Amino acid sequence: MAAATSPLIPTGSLTPETVNRLREAWTPSSKVVQFDAPLNLDSGASLPQFQIAYETWGTLNADRSNAVLVCHALTGDQYVIGKNPVTGKPGWWETLLGPGEPIDTDRYFVVCSNILGGCMGSTGPASINPATGQPYGLDFPVITIGDMVEAQVRLIDHLGIDKLFAVIGGSMGGMQVLEWCARYPSRVFAALPIATAPCHSSQNIAFHEVGRQAVMADPDWRRGEYLVQGTIPKNGLAVARMAAHITYLSEEALQKKFGRNLQDRAVRTFSFDADFQVESYLRYQGSTFVDRFDANSYLYITRAMDYFDLAAEHGDVLANAFRNTPTRFCVVSFTSDWLYPTRESREIVHALNAVAANVSFVEIESNKGHDAFLLEEPEFFATVQGFIDAAARHRGLIHGRRT
Amino acid sequence: MSAATQTAATAHGTHHHAPALRADHLLIAEMVRPGSRVLDVGCGDGALLQLLEDTKGVDGRGIELSRERVNACVARGLSVIQGDADRDLADYPDDAFDYSILSLTIQATRQPKTVLENLLRIGHRAIVSFPNFGHWRIRSQLMFTGRMPITPNLPEQWYASPDGHLCTIKDFATLVGQIDAEVEDAFSFNARGRRMGVKSSLGLQNLFGEKAVFLLKRRGKV
Repeated sequence: MAAATSPLIPTGSLTPETVNRLREAWTPSSKVVQFDAPLNLDSGASLPQFQIAYETWGTLNADRSNAVLVCHALTGDQYVIGKNPVTGKPGWWETLLGPGEPIDTDRYFVVCSNILGGCMGSTGPASINPATGQPYGLDFPVITIGDMVEAQVRLIDHLGIDKLFAVIGGSMGGMQVLEWCARYPSRVFAALPIATAPCHSSQNIAFHEVGRQAVMADPDWRRGEYLVQGTIPKNGLAVARMAAHITYLSEEALQKKFGRNLQDRAVRTFSFDADFQVESYLRYQGSTFVDRFDANSYLYITRAMDYFDLAAEHGDVLANAFRNTPTRFCVVSFTSDWLYPTRESREIVHALNAVAANVSFVEIESNKGHDAFLLEEPEFFATVQGFIDAAARHRGLIHGRRT
Repeated sequence: MSAATQTAATAHGTHHHAPALRADHLLIAEMVRPGSRVLDVGCGDGALLQLLEDTKGVDGRGIELSRERVNACVARGLSVIQGDADRDLADYPDDAFDYSILSLTIQATRQPKTVLENLLRIGHRAIVSFPNFGHWRIRSQLMFTGRMPITPNLPEQWYASPDGHLCTIKDFATLVGQIDAEVEDAFSFNARGRRMGVKSSLGLQNLFGEKAVFLLKRRGKV
């Protein structure tokens, strides 16, 4: 958007990391598309214009039937593969996507966009409000998972794709997958909702509320106007991330990795210093997160997740969300994931069974907690590969069996 | 389901070999119309589903209790969910499939009667195969050793076997009568998949058939 580079805010008082991050929020190094037709939101509000930042890999085939949409999680972004321009780290799902990987970029045209409300180039609370020339802050409307999907639909239309071969995502990405299938069943050939749930549980809302309160209690949050005032609520956002990070792991993984080990010291200091390795680890996770994520985006996205309730959108019957669905589903959960436990994936499977949908469901044995879907899990990869290959045979994208 | 009724799950991954075709699977496949919708309950390593997809072009789904076997099935491209015949069949709508199949699994369910009723509700036809506890070898082992029989079809000790509801062919035929179903086709066969002569009486089938398969439909249904 024209105002995206507006330097009205006093960036001089911000760290170089923050300035770099804001540059990516306003003028991303990825592809970007501007939409000038308003986006009507579930809240009743609308965004008069918005931009979506996205990346693509591979080549769209002649009949446009090989497109795969990847939906990212809460703090993910469009940099699924390759170096992230803010963190400098490799893409977040390089284990699953790439040449010769289960989602083979030599075969499929893969698209991933930064979600609406994000801070990596798609319109969100850190973007410049064209009405004021200042960052939206709390003037940004509250959005839903459905709104994120509607923004993705505009992108997919823009790319000239009628029917996606597959939509895949974990955690909040999985919520977007489910919402895609509920709203646009004929546009999704195959769907992989991974480590996700049909609604946010009370416990998950509770954890998010702790995170939001931590951000909002930071005096540097400035009622959401921190960018204009040249501050960053880094302590609050770091605490939010620390609390959330615990929920992404498992008790076993934490115990195995850190136990009660002390950090760079032989004895306790009888202070509130980070005596324990686990404290030091969490502090590090919190501080690095602040360098790459916008605090207001964190508020808006966690809110969108809290509001997600697919059954409620369909007369309180989850199966209604999938009635007559032609989509092939593969639902995946992980044994040690207590944030989105297998029980919740099973609810999705029961609803799909109730409409006799084509569904596969696997629970992967893992001690890595919710984060397992991002990590090296060979059994998970084999599942995705088997499901995607079979779907591709049914879609006529590959012939015969891969050996 | 009992271990010997399943071939070992194939290693998952992109590299797999088709398991050897099982005689009872071939007999079941003969009963299935090409291009139909099939639910295989207790599908094990997916060998029957694979056979039905490859030779009959069915739209196949499976349910399997063992997580490892489910994951192997999905990795080879079959639509299979981890689930339980006793618990998960209730979710499915009426007449969702042309055939619901329960292959050598009914004896391992907690409530065979309810499972069978669900199979007939979900599928237009139900195909059920089971090991025949009335086979002469089993009868004679019980008679002469006074111990729970152990045979190639029932290889586990009583305390290790998941088969809590074993029955004879006669028992099964009685149950079919009780649940308002009728038999469209039924025969017994031996380990090599050789069918007993169709003219054999129920009593002879019950004595000499190692396993049996029934093709059932709801009474009065066309």
